[in-house]
Amino acid sequence: MRILAVWIMLFIAQDTCSAGPVDMIERHWRPLAKDELHDPANPALKLLHDPAKSLSVLSRSGDGNQVNWAAALERKEIQPRISLSTDTQTEVLDLNILFPNTGEMAMVNFPHKQHTEWLVCGNCHEEIFKYKSHATKFGMFEILNGQYCGRCHGAVAFPLTDCNRCHSVARVSSVAPAKAH
Amino acid sequence: MSRLTGNCQQFPRRLLPWLILQGALLLFIPAVGHAEYGDIVMNERSEQAGIRPVIFPHWFHRISFKCNVCHTEIGFRMRAGADKILMSDIVAGKFCGACHNDKIAWGIKNCNLCHSGLPGLQSGTYGGNTTGGPGKW
Repeated sequence: MRILAVWIMLFIAQDTCSAGPVDMIERHWRPLAKDELHDPANPALKLLHDPAKSLSVLSRSGDGNQVNWAAALERKEIQPRISLSTDTQTEVLDLNILFPNTGEMAMVNFPHKQHTEWLVCGNCHEEIFKYKSHATKFGMFEILNGQYCGRCHGAVAFPLTDCNRCHSVARVSSVAPAKAH
Repeated sequence: MSRLTGNCQQFPRRLLPWLILQGALLLFIPAVGHAEYGDIVMNERSEQAGIRPVIFPHWFHRISFKCNVCHTEIGFRMRAGADKILMSDIVAGKFCGACHNDKIAWGIKNCNLCHSGLPGLQSGTYGGNTTGGPGKW
């Protein structure tokens, strides 16, 4: 029985570790042939890239692809192109929008910078969000339902379980709300 | 709870809180993949046409291309299933065919590289989008 108790303690310690800093998280990716999505009988499967090989060299995250894609881009671990043509210029907008009405959660800081590294204005404006800040009303219910931020976050951008990456500004903070223009 | 412990007289009750804690912690362990996060399955027409479903891996494409390329320039809307994607369009250079043309990426003769899914898969976003809500992905 003592052995069982030690085993359980060790297991708990291991769990606590995995809930700790991102650097401590062990990352696992299933081979395509075992992901229960790809057909292992497909002879061409061996030609496709293996997630573990491609993603294990990129900045860590505990969620989604287990990759912090924004960090991977910033650190130039990846250098994806933003256009198929070589002469297209896109603008990175360094503008934060603060959302203070977040109940008891920390306030949300929306950084245009990380978003405009990947996207252009027209992807979000005005179909999903009005240009004017705070003109579009939405809440977590809509986001969890795949609307607004949830159009990408929860499907391809980091998932909604990663609360603190958006709810990042403590309510005691003296940060003044940013203005759109 | 008393019924549960009553059935396990040999089990030391002092371990029970540990087990409950253990169970609670297990909920927070990140789900070890099945599909990779952001994988899209397209099977609206594939199997009816006698070929495997298509799997589109976002993770692989975003290593080389930013969202803007496909979701602005090529014109895929940002909602899985929103676009009707036909092979005839792809052959004509639209959708996937904008790159899969043997110039930017391998061409359309490599059927099994895209049509690589298990038979019977439903169309949609896969890979543990962990909200579990009534999502529209």
